[in-house]
Amino acid sequence: MSENTKVVENATCTFCGCVCDDMNLTVDLDAHKIIKAQNACVLGRAWFTEHVAEKRPFALIDGKEASTEEGIEAAAQILANAKFPITYGLSDTTCEAQRQAVAITDMIGGNLDTTTSVCHGPSGIAFQGTGESTASLGEIKNRADLIVFWGGNPAESHPRLFTRYALMPKGLRIPNGKKDRYAVLVDVRRTPSAPVADKFIQVKPGTDFEVLWALRALVKGRRVDPKLEEKTGVKIADLEDLAQRMKSCRFGALLFGMGLTMTRGRHFNSGALLALASDLNEFTHFVAKPVRGHGNVTGADNVVSWQTGFPFGINFGRGYPRFNPGEFTTVDLLSRGEADAALIIASDPASNFPKPAVEHLKSIPVIVLDTKESVTTRIAKVAFATATYGINVPGTVYRMDDVAIALRPALESPYPSDEEVLTAIKNRVRELLAASGRAGNPAAQKVA
Amino acid sequence: MPETMLLVAGRTSKQGTSLNVGKLKDEYRTVTSTVEMNALDMARMGLKDGDKVRLRTATGETVAQCKQRKPEDLPAGLLFMAYGPPSSQLMTGDTAGTGMPISKNLMVEVTPVTG
Repeated sequence: MSENTKVVENATCTFCGCVCDDMNLTVDLDAHKIIKAQNACVLGRAWFTEHVAEKRPFALIDGKEASTEEGIEAAAQILANAKFPITYGLSDTTCEAQRQAVAITDMIGGNLDTTTSVCHGPSGIAFQGTGESTASLGEIKNRADLIVFWGGNPAESHPRLFTRYALMPKGLRIPNGKKDRYAVLVDVRRTPSAPVADKFIQVKPGTDFEVLWALRALVKGRRVDPKLEEKTGVKIADLEDLAQRMKSCRFGALLFGMGLTMTRGRHFNSGALLALASDLNEFTHFVAKPVRGHGNVTGADNVVSWQTGFPFGINFGRGYPRFNPGEFTTVDLLSRGEADAALIIASDPASNFPKPAVEHLKSIPVIVLDTKESVTTRIAKVAFATATYGINVPGTVYRMDDVAIALRPALESPYPSDEEVLTAIKNRVRELLAASGRAGNPAAQKVA
Repeated sequence: MPETMLLVAGRTSKQGTSLNVGKLKDEYRTVTSTVEMNALDMARMGLKDGDKVRLRTATGETVAQCKQRKPEDLPAGLLFMAYGPPSSQLMTGDTAGTGMPISKNLMVEVTPVTG
């Protein structure tokens, strides 16, 4: 470590949806590296201290080195000439970049989807059907005396959800921190989160809906069929105790993970949990929040919603946004072989998507913006190296509770931001559409 | 003999930290190609830590190395893997009209890899 250092106070970690904005980063200015991330969890420390400006070309076209400008021209040509272009990703970039991606997709009449569709997309569907009794993490920190974590493992996926927001911290009405709260964890396996909870309830895989529905019945004073124990692996006495605790707490919170959305039942599971939270408001104050994964996946939901009216799975093919999960969600339309070009931002679907979807992705021209090399950058027709949000790039992100937070970058990057690349692509696409007499979506022309 | 088990994929600390080192690096590859199994299931199948198994669904297959977990932590018949390209190989593209492929309740055929 050199003596030439600086400290960036109150920087924001964008590794996970906790978006902790109390990082004190020590930067070695000679090594151009973050050497210490005070207050960071194990994941945040890796996010900051493993960050290196990779020596990648600014752009690759068909695997050959190119300038950013050449990449922009190639990308704009692909998008302006595609019949069914798709835009996907967006959860690991700023709201400002997300806004540009929406504008491009609108202009070319494409399909717009974010990683939400393979994360809490089913919860997004459930919100529309059931509603959401919600709260900020600040309210939960200051008031919640009962917290139920369902289908998640925060100790490993969101470590500071426990220590900063929802379990350990002292709050306005929780003067003794953890001692003043009762915590329950519901999951199919005993994870490192289990020892933190006062009660661990282990459910058989695929039976979350049945357990949640039984809790709804118990909360309303109804009888539950004893056969439920064999079906779900959960003792009815445990559920009766939990139902009683839920009704008698002062402020309860259900924080749920993808253990509900990625298993059988999907949106029905999330809907059952949201309905349970609503039911409980007959007795006390109860809220429910999905625990979100990527640093700005909540921002993607917000930006896409305020610009189109829908959170994910949107198609502009008719000149106006239509929402239809299953039809306009990326896994589905790739698996059906429908898209003829893809704009992927800050995401790696070639690693994370099912095989049939990846096979189609490999067969179409793919444009990728990413800070690191990935399987998707390797299959791309045009791959841009971009700067990392939060570390190199300022802007806005949304914490998992829909609170907007500003980024305070610590290091400069040789690479442009996603917003800069997307803005340039948007401007070039607009020119190409005008020159070809295809004006694109007229309303989109007015988008900034 | 192959056995049928339920696979749950999810996040782990090591998956998260190795992700930051690089998804194309060895550490991430190792973390995402390790499958946790109930210790009694492993003993019955003649497997020990580090042995390889082939996981197969109707969509695809992958080979992963085993790591045993205590029966009280991971019930019999349940497997756990960190998210990554190997677990993605096993997912179907059918989302039942939701956009979400199942990755936490996947029926997989487990076969020890010998040799």
